Amino acid sequence: MDTAFAERRRRDLIVAVVLAAIAATVPLFVKDVYVQNIMVLTLMWGALSQSWNILSGYCGQISLGHALYFGLGAYTTALLFTKFGVLPWFGMLGGGVISALIAMALGYPCFRLRGHYFVIATIVIAEIGLLLFHNWDWAGAAMGIEIPARGDSWLKFQFPRSKLPYFYFALALACVAWFVTWWLEDSKWGYWWRAVKDNPEAAESLGVVVFNSKMGAAAVSAFLVAIGGSFYAQFVYFIDPESVMGFQFSLLMALPAVLGGIGTLWGPMLGAVILIPLTELTRSYVGGSGRGVDLIVYGGLIIAISLARPQGLIGLFSFKGLAGLFSPKRKEAVR
Amino acid sequence: MTAETIIQSLASGLLMGLLYGLIAVGLALIFGLMDVVNFAHGEFLMIAMYATFFLFVFFAIDPLLSAPLVAAALFVFGAVVYLLIVRFAVRAKANAGMVQIFSTFGLAIVMRGLAQYFFTPDYRSVTHSWLGGKTVSIAGIYLPVPQLVGALVAIAAFGALYLFINRTDFGRALEATREDAGAVALVGIDKNKVFALGWGLGAALVGLAGAVMAIFFYIYPDVGASFALIAYVTVALGGFGSVFGAFAGGIIVGLVEATTAMLLPPSLKAVGIYAVYLLVVFIRPRGLFGSM
Repeated sequence: MDTAFAERRRRDLIVAVVLAAIAATVPLFVKDVYVQNIMVLTLMWGALSQSWNILSGYCGQISLGHALYFGLGAYTTALLFTKFGVLPWFGMLGGGVISALIAMALGYPCFRLRGHYFVIATIVIAEIGLLLFHNWDWAGAAMGIEIPARGDSWLKFQFPRSKLPYFYFALALACVAWFVTWWLEDSKWGYWWRAVKDNPEAAESLGVVVFNSKMGAAAVSAFLVAIGGSFYAQFVYFIDPESVMGFQFSLLMALPAVLGGIGTLWGPMLGAVILIPLTELTRSYVGGSGRGVDLIVYGGLIIAISLARPQGLIGLFSFKGLAGLFSPKRKEAVR
Repeated sequence: MTAETIIQSLASGLLMGLLYGLIAVGLALIFGLMDVVNFAHGEFLMIAMYATFFLFVFFAIDPLLSAPLVAAALFVFGAVVYLLIVRFAVRAKANAGMVQIFSTFGLAIVMRGLAQYFFTPDYRSVTHSWLGGKTVSIAGIYLPVPQLVGALVAIAAFGALYLFINRTDFGRALEATREDAGAVALVGIDKNKVFALGWGLGAALVGLAGAVMAIFFYIYPDVGASFALIAYVTVALGGFGSVFGAFAGGIIVGLVEATTAMLLPPSLKAVGIYAVYLLVVFIRPRGLFGSM
């Protein structure tokens, strides 16, 4: 193992701990509920995008159907709690396990598909899930499920009066998703995934079990996204098929990573920190009653970033990245 | 369920299927030409429907007459989208596949936002068009006239496209570029020009479909989303890039949808289409007519 890489990993870990500690103190100064709400959403989308990034970024299997796992997490928690009184914490775990199993069951046929056929299969499968929940009467069908308020309680994971507990949970979730990624980056899986992404045939010939490594990435990714979905259900108290399984959720999970840098450790979090506050602010200050300005800003940003910096914004945050802005690659080649 | 109702719904499924083929063929054409999936394809359909609607409201031009105008406008729009966005997206050095997906996705989102902003999210419809609401009885089967005419337009468009690709210089250049874009540059064909015209042609075809759809379908900013998914399935069923695969794919999708609607609750009719897509690609990972 080369020492520069080990050094970088150690530095990443230290930076992450410092950033998490700083983030944890922010609510002490920022008391505004609206801003706190944006912070919770930012952390949640950062965590979700980080999880999406494991399958789509590191392993290169672009999924635009992760809303399925988000919705499964939300529904498992909400159904277990409202129908059987099971505490959300168990629901959360249950949702994660169910999602991981379903991800592997779906991966079994889907991972044979390549390119656009795979992407469209993920969209179509999530859409089938959405339609099934729409028609599933026991699960509330199109009416959705309201999670009854039982007062402030960590046991029941409900805090009607304060955003703070949600904030700390979202922060913890973001840290876990980041740490899992960090840990996997240097594991056998991490190397396999990057090999599979770059050239599956070559990877296979070198002894990487391509199929299994895709299955592993799908399971980890789906598990974490489902935890996010459970959290979201507890956070908003009301879910229906469109509001947790709609296609826009799949898209929203991908965008922060695209913006920040796909298949990078810091990309998804960076993307979320830029994208989510920007969307929320445009929505409330310019957008008004869903008039579409937020979409225009959003879409414009995606086009601009994907054309101007396909590797994401993250590269700009290193010394090399900044220097690279001023010294064209040609010069290096001449040297 | 009598034999008559089954034939009845299969017949309307067939008509809808031909229209699905027309919606999807532009997508297949562009994919075949340059391996790019236009994720804003549904939004192309959406603006074509709005264009038809506004031509009707402001100038009282019936959708049947405005269809060529809308197709021409979409031709220009498609070529411009290629020149302003896609041309740069295909040059991306890092994350090439990703950039193609998300640049056209970004465009889709912007177009939806613009439609919401300028046209409001209200549902619109073209009222009192020549064909709207009429039905015709053929051998005891009642068929809605707008869908029937739409299906005929689709068949005519596929016929014209066949002649165009096989009999004109541009059509041959298109075929040659899809075979080998590098080699055509050597014989003096400007690849960029062919791509731009290909995008124009693809957009014009979906524009034609949009004009016909506007006669009998509600028009709203998100209308493209559901049809886009059907178009992807149609194109994938036929084998990406195969123009006449899209024709066959459309018919299959229409018939499957009609069959599902008979067997399952109406809200689940799309499940049949999606299930058939999955079934086909699991067995033939490159679609029914795609080369292996």
